[in-house]
Amino acid sequence: MLTHATQRTTMKSDDRNINWVQEPRLGLAGRSYLLLFVQGLTTTLRHFFSRKKTVQSPEQRHEIPDPSIYRGVHRLNRDQRGRVKCVACFLCATACPANCIDIVAAESPWTDREKYPQSFTIDELRCIFCGMCEEACPVDAIELTSLYDLSGKSREEMVFDKEKLLSVYDRTKDAKPMRTSRGEGRGAGDGE
Amino acid sequence: MPPVLESLLKIAVLVGGLMTAAAYLVLVERWIAAWVQDRLGPNRVGVPLTKIRLFGLGQPVADGVKFLTKGEFTPGQVDKILYFVAPVAIFVAAMAAFAVVPLGSVVLPASWGFDGPVRLAVAPGLDVGMLYIFAVGSVAVYGVVLGGWASNNKYSFFGAVRSSAQLISYELPLGLGILGVILATGSLRLDNIIVEQARSGTWNVFVQPLGFVVFCVAAFAEAGRLPFDLPEAEQELVGGYHTEYLGVKLMLFMVSEFLHMILAAFLIVILFLGGWHFWGLTGSAEAVSWPVALLRVVVLLAKVMGVILFFMLARWSWPRFRYDQLMEVAWKVMIPWGLINVVVVATWMEYGVQLARPWNLSAAQGMAIVGWGVLLLCWLATTIIDPTASGNRPRRDLSVNDNCSE
Ligand code: SF4
Ligand code: SF4
Repeated sequence: MLTHATQRTTMKSDDRNINWVQEPRLGLAGRSYLLLFVQGLTTTLRHFFSRKKTVQSPEQRHEIPDPSIYRGVHRLNRDQRGRVKCVACFLCATACPANCIDIVAAESPWTDREKYPQSFTIDELRCIFCGMCEEACPVDAIELTSLYDLSGKSREEMVFDKEKLLSVYDRTKDAKPMRTSRGEGRGAGDGE
Repeated sequence: MPPVLESLLKIAVLVGGLMTAAAYLVLVERWIAAWVQDRLGPNRVGVPLTKIRLFGLGQPVADGVKFLTKGEFTPGQVDKILYFVAPVAIFVAAMAAFAVVPLGSVVLPASWGFDGPVRLAVAPGLDVGMLYIFAVGSVAVYGVVLGGWASNNKYSFFGAVRSSAQLISYELPLGLGILGVILATGSLRLDNIIVEQARSGTWNVFVQPLGFVVFCVAAFAEAGRLPFDLPEAEQELVGGYHTEYLGVKLMLFMVSEFLHMILAAFLIVILFLGGWHFWGLTGSAEAVSWPVALLRVVVLLAKVMGVILFFMLARWSWPRFRYDQLMEVAWKVMIPWGLINVVVVATWMEYGVQLARPWNLSAAQGMAIVGWGVLLLCWLATTIIDPTASGNRPRRDLSVNDNCSE
């Protein structure tokens, strides 16, 4: 881009760098406005009588075409023994652009990993549902489900703790299977 | 029944009816907007505190309550008196214009109470009906200017200047469009204009299509509807003259806008679409019995509703005019067309019968042929000359030697 100063000194209207575009002149049909008139009205009428796309929300559920890529409420996955899969590596918290993941790590009581999250909270009000946490997680412990109608009566209620996130998993594990089995060995810890 | 009581009764019915109509037209407008956009529109609010939905028919009540219970806040910088006067002025003017609009025809007295024929208008038989509507209607500009001025906010003021220029410009074609009808009818009374059309069975739109087009376009502009809605242009131009208004005062502006639209629809129907007349249904005598009179009311209101529906569909059909285009349409197209229409109608009124005789046509048939011919010619001439094409883009040939940038 030219700076303002150079523009003032060099940009004259006969400058060769200016690409003058002539607006195409309308034809007779365009100038008579009749064609536009008919076009506009037919378009409106066609939509007027067409099928409506509204989803009557509380009664009808919005159909999500592909739950595996939908970014709704988070869940914390469980491994095959029902334990939280997370290894408290903090990658999701680091990746999160909204800084809404808060993890307190503790030494793991299990032999297959060093750490586990003693507490794991996500402030769903601050979350922008970008899915970065899901991308970052090395053991596929955190995932975004296709639950979209998230509501609560207070701010505190919207800060989801570990129990709640795990319960979201229990609720949605049939509707949306865990995405991959990548890291199953490390995360699930079947005694490898 | 004493005349005063009769008038009061009519006023009560008219005011109540109009307010209800305006409220429900808001709902209709929202429905149509939704349907055109493949949505369903408001369909939830029904009877309060129950689950009964009634297709959203409770929405106007909810809207009204919302407007009335909004915090009444007056911005600090406004001119206090004018700030209050403006919405009242525009509302009263919009309401008052309906006094002479006939909502049906004359009916003969039934047994109860009425001693003369009942005319279904608040001020029936006002000889200068059309003039009255024009005079009162022009006060709307006053409300717009005052609203913008009193707000003491430059965007409001720009909006007011913009819309007053538009309203004043389009009053000329509006008047010219009506002039043809008045010349043909020979009366300024709205009742007479309808009766004349009913008697001959030819609605004015058939014989004066040019006047109809001019009047319709001007009526759209006067009512501030898209594609001429620069007074507000809610989406793009900072609300216009009522930017600083809220609550009840904003509601008065909004309701007046709908009243303008209803009035425009009534005038289009009465002047050009035959009022309460429909062939084979309503007859043409002035005074009739109750059932026929009721039928006429129904026919009239159905036509008005049809025109209003067209108003609402038009909103979503065509893009808004740019401001210079808006002015050019008024001054370079509509006013010349209106003048041509007046000349043609006047000439035909004077010489039409002689001119039609050699071809064995009735005066109305001849007028229709001439009218449509003139419309076609005008349209063609306008298309070829294209007076509204004035690019406001920078042009190379005009700007080679300019020093504007320094
Ligand atoms: S979805 Fe995005 S914002 Fe929300 S918790 Fe994950 S990384 Fe943070
Ligand atoms: S959820 Fe995944 S990324 Fe986040 S701390 Fe646990 S293991 Fe690491």
